[in-house]
Parts: sequence; structure tokens; C-alpha cells
Amino acid sequence: MQKKEEQQLNSRPSAPKVEFVLRLFVTGASPNSVRAIANLKELCEEYLPGQYSLEVIDVYQEASVAQQEQIVALPLLIKKSPFPERRMIGDLSDTDKVLKGLGLKAH
Amino acid sequence: MAAKKKITKTTLPKTPTGIIGLDEITLGGLPKGRPTLICGGAGAGKTLFAIEFVVRGAMEYGEPGVIVTFEEKAEDLQMNVASLGYDLKKMQKDGMIRMDFVHIDRSEIEETGEYDLSGLFIRLNHAIDAIGAKRVVLDTIENLFGGLTNEGILRAELRRLFAWLKEKGVTAMITAEKGDGTLTRHGLEEYVSDCVILLDHRVIDQISTRRLRVVKYRGSEHGTNEYPFLIDEDGISVLPITSLQLDNKVSSQRISSGIAGMDQMLDGNGYFRGSSILVSGTAGTGKTSIAATFADAACRRKERVLYFAFEESPAQIIRNMGSIGLSLQQHVDAGLLHFHASRPTLYGLEMHLVTIHKKITELKPRIVILDPITNLITAGLMPEVKSILIRLIDFLQSNQITVMFTALNLNTIVNEQTDEGVSSLVDTWITIKYIETNAERNRGLYIMKSRGMKHSNKVREFVISDDGLDLVDVYNGPDGILTGSAREAQQVSEATGAEMRKYSLGRKDKQIDRKRKALESKIASLHEEFDTIQDELSQTYIEEDLRKEIMEKNRHQLSQKQSNGKRKN
Repeated sequence: MQKKEEQQLNSRPSAPKVEFVLRLFVTGASPNSVRAIANLKELCEEYLPGQYSLEVIDVYQEASVAQQEQIVALPLLIKKSPFPERRMIGDLSDTDKVLKGLGLKAH
Repeated sequence: MAAKKKITKTTLPKTPTGIIGLDEITLGGLPKGRPTLICGGAGAGKTLFAIEFVVRGAMEYGEPGVIVTFEEKAEDLQMNVASLGYDLKKMQKDGMIRMDFVHIDRSEIEETGEYDLSGLFIRLNHAIDAIGAKRVVLDTIENLFGGLTNEGILRAELRRLFAWLKEKGVTAMITAEKGDGTLTRHGLEEYVSDCVILLDHRVIDQISTRRLRVVKYRGSEHGTNEYPFLIDEDGISVLPITSLQLDNKVSSQRISSGIAGMDQMLDGNGYFRGSSILVSGTAGTGKTSIAATFADAACRRKERVLYFAFEESPAQIIRNMGSIGLSLQQHVDAGLLHFHASRPTLYGLEMHLVTIHKKITELKPRIVILDPITNLITAGLMPEVKSILIRLIDFLQSNQITVMFTALNLNTIVNEQTDEGVSSLVDTWITIKYIETNAERNRGLYIMKSRGMKHSNKVREFVISDDGLDLVDVYNGPDGILTGSAREAQQVSEATGAEMRKYSLGRKDKQIDRKRKALESKIASLHEEFDTIQDELSQTYIEEDLRKEIMEKNRHQLSQKQSNGKRKN
């Protein structure tokens, strides 16, 4: 079973139409996973309202995906789009690093 | 009385690796269901070791295995081991092997907080369950330290991983790079403590040797030495210095040396089958000739002989032996005699040993000849040569193969020790030395030792002629030991002396005969003389008696006459 939460909000007309495709891999309801989901949602709402699609995948349920996606450490956030693809591991509590990873903040 | 409790020795269950020799050292293999650490420097053969463990498990023991690589891509690895004849692709298709390449790159990853390695666990679990794996290889898990920065998390997770592998019941092999002064760079030996094997690759005198040592093995005995191992086209072979037991079968069958005189010296029957024979001597004493004669004799008995030549090419040996009347070519053509010639410096000693092993296993000869072992010294150090020979003799004896070594004594004085120090290992030791007298050199042969048989203590002269080899008794007389032409001269003069003595004896006999005859005739005449005297004597006696009788008669008559006259008166 795939635990999927897709949130799509109406974007503001003025903002440039850049779609953020995010995939978050978690392990069930482990503390790290729960924290990561909460942190990411909060962050997206704040910085990318209406411009992102988020897929949360439970690797326990989708074991084969772990090999395909080269997953080692969890939780893992992959920014599929816009290019370049970026990977972030951890519970996403370091907002600064997450923003850098998403390309929303200069390095 | 208290009931005697039988102490049952519970041995640790083990998983055979299938790697030649390793299972002997570890007395059965690696601890079953536990992780084993393989550490060593770059190029020590860790990966190959691990791969072979899984591949052999799949091929020989029907145990599926998972290979997780952190360094090489699965395709690269497949290519690398294809040269050893391992078809990983096919085995993957057959569901015996599953490979997973774990790629982790620090530059691609941002660490944004707390994390764990569940991803790796899930992958591993998935792979193990998919094929029902019994064996797991993690090569080289330490690469995670390069990809992730949080060492605290990493260490905790590795500890958890090894515990989890144990729980899962798979026999795991974890490779790790050797650190400076530590077994592994990141101290993995702290976590994997059931069995640790250290691989080493050393170059001494430009010749490289790989070595293996079981550093620890909890709950089991194991060989503690450093064992050389080889990587060749058949994979890894570890060579135990000696098998742990000295329980080779022995044969009391005897085989001829091909030289009648030699057999005679050896209790009349020759060598024992399955024994080891050392022929040592200075240059040009005919060691190769003895070896070739032995080979020839064996071939005539229709036994297969494997001849390792380290000095001469086979063609050269065949030509040279033709000069002493040995036709080795016919045995080669008949498939009984096999030559294997190689330069000692071609490769390291270990490689030599393995080549020898392989050839022997392939051809299954009854007799093996190594001519000469001295040359191997150029390929290695003395102790190494010795250890090689110990292992070789051990191997040959366990297979009941008779082996003959030839060795060159470097100095003309016969040492009580050969240069290789193998004398204590061999069963029969024959030494040939030059005896230098009267401006010529002759070969003296003697048997230094020969276990388990009465053997001659004599020095005999070793003669090489057009018809082969022979042993001649040396002349041991008042003038000392004579050999060669001196011996021949002595033999001639002895023969002359004997003839002369015979003649003079005849003359003396006749003289005595004559004297006897003369004496006998003398004795006869004396007898006659005596008889005459006796006759004369008896004559006298008779006459005397007669006279007495007559006188008596006369007196009687007289007295009668007197008495008659008185009455008449």
C-alpha cells in the first residue's frame, strides 16, 4: 500500500509557474519520519504555497523502490523538479539546509 | 559413585566457504549465521574473497547469496569476476545471487537532521527474502563513512545492522579497508567480533605474495599462522602450511630406483612407495641422471611420472639422458612421462606450489620429480622455500605419491644440512660427492638416511656409463679408499697376486708330496728291519726253550737210570 498525500493548492497568478515535484521517503510512523513530514509540510506552505506536489512514500510498503531510488538513509527527500535533482536526508529540521537544497536560498 | 557425565563438545555450526584451503584452516568454515570481517589493504583481494564466498555457496552448497557493493557497480563487478569464470549474470537469473549496488555520494546529499539507515536495512531485507539468501556480502560498508558525515549515527546504525544480520541468521562477510595500526580504518572490528580474517599483500625482493591470517574466531579453534594464498584463473586458493594432522597413510610397498646397485644398498628393494627422496650433490655429480633413471624405471612399470624441470628444458633433458642410454622420448610419446619446465623466477614460490599442485591434481602421477629444488631459492627466501617444500611433501604423501628432489650443494664439502634444510623432511637422502685422488675425480655415493629400512653404510662409487648408472664397491684397503683408475689398478694387481699365489701354492704341494713319499718308504724299510730283528729274537727264544726241554729230558732219563741200577744190585 502506498501512503500518498497529494496536495495541490491554487497558485497565485502573479507567481512564476515553477512546479516543485517533491518525493519524501519515510519509514512508517517512526519519530524521524513523522517529524520530517511535519517539517516539510510547514516549510512548503510557507515558501512554496500552491507550487508543489508532494508524494510521501513508505519504504516499508514499497521495498523494491529502495533499490531503484538508491535509498540508504531515511527519511529522504528528493527534489525531482526543477532540475537539478537534489537529495536531502534527515528529519528536515535544519530549515536553512532544506531551503538551500530546494534552491530557494543561495548557498 | 557419581554418574560420570559425558562432556559433549558442542561445536559451533559452520558454513563452508568453498574456498580451497580456507575451510581447512578454520576447521570447517565461517561461523554460521554470524558476520565475519575480512580486512586488508588495497588490492589485497577482499572483494574477490567475498564474491567467491557467495559464488561458491551458490554453486557448490546451493545457498543463495546477496552481494551488496558500495564501491563497484554490479556490472563492473560482473565483468571483473567473469575472468574467473563466474557468470554472475546467469546466477542472478537463476535466482541464486542477487546484487545491489549502493551508491552514496556526499556531494549529492544534504543532511538536514536526524536520520537512520533504514533504507539500507529495507533493501537488504528485501534482497535476502527475495531469493531466500543464506549468505550476504557487504563490500565495503565503510564507504558509508565517506558518504555520510554523522559518524555517531553511522556507528549506531552499523551496530544495529550487524545485530540484525545475526538475527536474520545469514552468514555475512563484511569487507573493510585496513587502517593505520588498526585492523580497519573505522574500527569495524569492534562490531564484528565473531570472526576476523586479515588479508595481506607483500612484495619481498620484487616478488609478491598474498597472505591470510585468521585474527580471531570466537568459539572455535583455527589455524593461527599466516597462510599464503593465490588468486589465479580458478579463484582463490589458500595453502595451509601443513595439514593440522600428521596422519598420512603409509605404504610398505617398495619401488625400484632403476639402479640395481642402489636397490641393493636400500635393503635390496629400493624406495618405499609414497616416500620422499632427496638426492643432493655438487655440480655435475649426476643428480639429474639418478632422477631420470628413476623416472625411466617407473615408466617401464607403466606408472605415470611428472617431471618438474627448473633448470633444463625437457628437450635438453631427453637429449642428455640419451647419452647414458635412457630413451625418455618413448615414455613421453606413450603419455607416461610428463614434463613441466618453468624458470624459477617466472613467478613467486606460492605460484610455483600452486602450479605443482594443479599439475599433480590434473595428471595424478605416481611419481613426481623436482629437478632441482635449489633453483627455487632464487624465487624466494630460504624459510619460504622450506615451508613450500613441507607443504608439498605433505600434499604428496597424503596422495601416496613418491617424490624425488634433487638439490645442489653449493660447496664441495658435504654439509650435514642441505641448503634447503629439507633433510629432516625427507625419508631417504642420497648424497653424491666427488672423491679427488690421483689427479682425477670420481663420484662417491652414500645414503645419509633412509627411514624404515636397513641401508648400506658404505660409500660406493657411482659410475655413469653409456649403458646407464651403476654402483661399484670402492676399494677400501691399506692404502685408504681407492676409486676410479686407482681402484681398477688395485683390482688388476690383486688379480695378479692371486694368480701368483695359486702357482706358488701348487709348487709347494708337490714338494710336500715328494717328501711324504720319501718318508713313507723310509718308514717301510724300518718296519722290515724291525721284523728281522724280531724274527731273530724269537729264534733265540725257541732255541733256548728247546735246549731247556732237552736238558730236562736228559736229566730225567739219567736219574731214572740211577735208581734202576741200585735195585738190581
